[in-house]
Amino acid sequence: MAIKKFVVGCFDSEAVLFPAVKRVRRSGYKIHEIFTPFPIHGLDKAMGLKDTDLDTAGFIYGITGTATALGFISWIFVSDWPLNIGGKPHFSLPAWIPITFELTVLFASVGMFLTFCYLCQMAPFVKKDHFNLRSTDDLFVMALECTEKTNEAETVTFLQSLGAKDVKVDRKETRWWLGRYDRETKMFGMKEAEAAV
Amino acid sequence: MSILRYESQVRAPLIEGTKDYHQVSVDICRPVEARPTRLWWLGFSVSVLLLCFGILSVTMEVIYGVGQWNLNKTVGWGWDITNFVWWIGIGHAGTLISAILLLFRQGWRTGVNRAAEAMTIFAVMCAGQFPIWHMGRVWMAFFVLPYPNTRGPVWPNFNSALLWDVFAISTYFTVSLLFWYSGLLPDLATLRDRARLKWRKLFYGVASFGWAGSTKHWQRFEVLALVLAGLSTPLVLSVHTIVSFDFATSVVPGWHTTIFPPYFVAGAIFSGFAMVQTLLVVTRKVLALEDYITIEHIEVMNKIIVLTGSIVGIAYLTELFVSWYSANPYEGFAFMKNRVDLSSPYGWSYYIMMGCNVLSPQIFWIRKMRRNLVVTFFMSILVNIGMWFERFVIIVTSVYRDYLPSSWSTYYRPTIWEVGFYLGTFGLFFTCYFLFAKFFPVIALAEIKHILKRSGESFKEKMDELEHEDAFEFAGEHLHDHGA
Repeated sequence: MAIKKFVVGCFDSEAVLFPAVKRVRRSGYKIHEIFTPFPIHGLDKAMGLKDTDLDTAGFIYGITGTATALGFISWIFVSDWPLNIGGKPHFSLPAWIPITFELTVLFASVGMFLTFCYLCQMAPFVKKDHFNLRSTDDLFVMALECTEKTNEAETVTFLQSLGAKDVKVDRKETRWWLGRYDRETKMFGMKEAEAAV
Repeated sequence: MSILRYESQVRAPLIEGTKDYHQVSVDICRPVEARPTRLWWLGFSVSVLLLCFGILSVTMEVIYGVGQWNLNKTVGWGWDITNFVWWIGIGHAGTLISAILLLFRQGWRTGVNRAAEAMTIFAVMCAGQFPIWHMGRVWMAFFVLPYPNTRGPVWPNFNSALLWDVFAISTYFTVSLLFWYSGLLPDLATLRDRARLKWRKLFYGVASFGWAGSTKHWQRFEVLALVLAGLSTPLVLSVHTIVSFDFATSVVPGWHTTIFPPYFVAGAIFSGFAMVQTLLVVTRKVLALEDYITIEHIEVMNKIIVLTGSIVGIAYLTELFVSWYSANPYEGFAFMKNRVDLSSPYGWSYYIMMGCNVLSPQIFWIRKMRRNLVVTFFMSILVNIGMWFERFVIIVTSVYRDYLPSSWSTYYRPTIWEVGFYLGTFGLFFTCYFLFAKFFPVIALAEIKHILKRSGESFKEKMDELEHEDAFEFAGEHLHDHGA
């Protein structure tokens, strides 16, 4: 269980959020995550996040699809059961292009979608701790991780000075677990984490 | 900063009214969170009834055979494949709106893409029914798949356009489903977080896969959407091309022509957008979403309709010309006697097709007509009828009188079970659509929020002074700057 303490600040405007992110990073705080209701272009760069390799993975899956289709069909029509269809050549590549293309797209799409779910740790019945329910509605929620060296009160005032609206100190579970959103789950290590303060 | 610069002072806003992010959530989630209305129950019940009649019709055909549809030599394909191509064509608009317009960076797609993609998925589901049930011995349908078997192993014919179809349609359905669902995940998370009732929290919690909206996840989400869009674009073009190959790779005059791939694709986009208009003109009114699916959206889609309708018209004229120019007597007969001749048994269908597809969309050259909802709705129905007749004309008029006069069939007319099957697919389509409109957000919530500050009406007033100046004023002001 990875229950950690966070200082959570909510912003309601992009114009306030971006300078805040820069100031927070320059001041040396570790941004655990920023939750937004929609993708904000430039935020991942501002946070210093690396580019994702999901597109490379997609390409590899696509090439696998092409190879599978061409290899399989070639083997069938040249080696396993070649047929005399009007005297036409056994290796009739133009006729196989539609299926090859379709399998390329299919493998790439399904592979990328499953990889996306795997990387983002998403699946049915996966549950994560919410930092703020309005992060899927209209707020941009910034969560700063608290180490032993952080002075919480100082962090709270700092965030408020940057324009954050609703700054709180909270204990949250960082990882996912299997659960249902209609039931509250008592966090297993919560009591110990609170006692460790 | 560039993310917040208003899109254009010239274009009309894509989101009307004074909206902020929360208001957008409220507006779009309201139909989902409300109880089903009487109108919804009425529409849903009618759809389910039609679906039941369709199931009965299909059962009759499976038990008593494809002869129940009056199919025999030489009209081996009648309403079944007409309907198949019709539904597949309709499905193409959704993918075009989501994928191709994403690649072209068109912000207006956000108001219509969710509903259009759902329409695609349901249309492909309906389309797929026809190749399956028209097989006759449906219990052997799995023969089309290349699986290791003890009969040799005998494989399907990979050189056959009919098998390419199997792969194309299955891939198209799967990819469209994934594209639609991955885009839905953030919106389902919004519904989950707003939910008060227990069953809603459970349902949307499971459906949203635990989406939380973290920046890294959005980064991957956008890459996934972009690559899926890049893959879906050639997919759209290829799927209907492959469907056209079902005809083009044959030797039947009127079928065996190289114009079919672009002609079918343009026709698919044409009929697809017409169906989107039919659905959205009603949906935006009933669900009170006129601020998000604005007249601008309707007008732009009508422009696409008149464009693709004209392309289809050019294709018809090209075909006619080539049938004469080729001096091929069979090709000429197929066109001049089977189609153009109004006194022939099916000549009337050719003129309905021409009238509905070529003549009627030309009304959309007039701006006032493009922006008129009644005209749009009526026209979209006409276009769909016209496109159905196009497929009917292609299939039946080519095949009922082909090379050998002694094989010419008696007048092919649909039976009750054939019509019932078609109505059943309408039942399937609208059942799914009503369920979709009730339980899922009909508009892409996160994407609307993404463009709100760039294209929303209430943000037009807050533009920087720089953007109010037009190009000449700006140049005039800075002409003598000398680089200052």
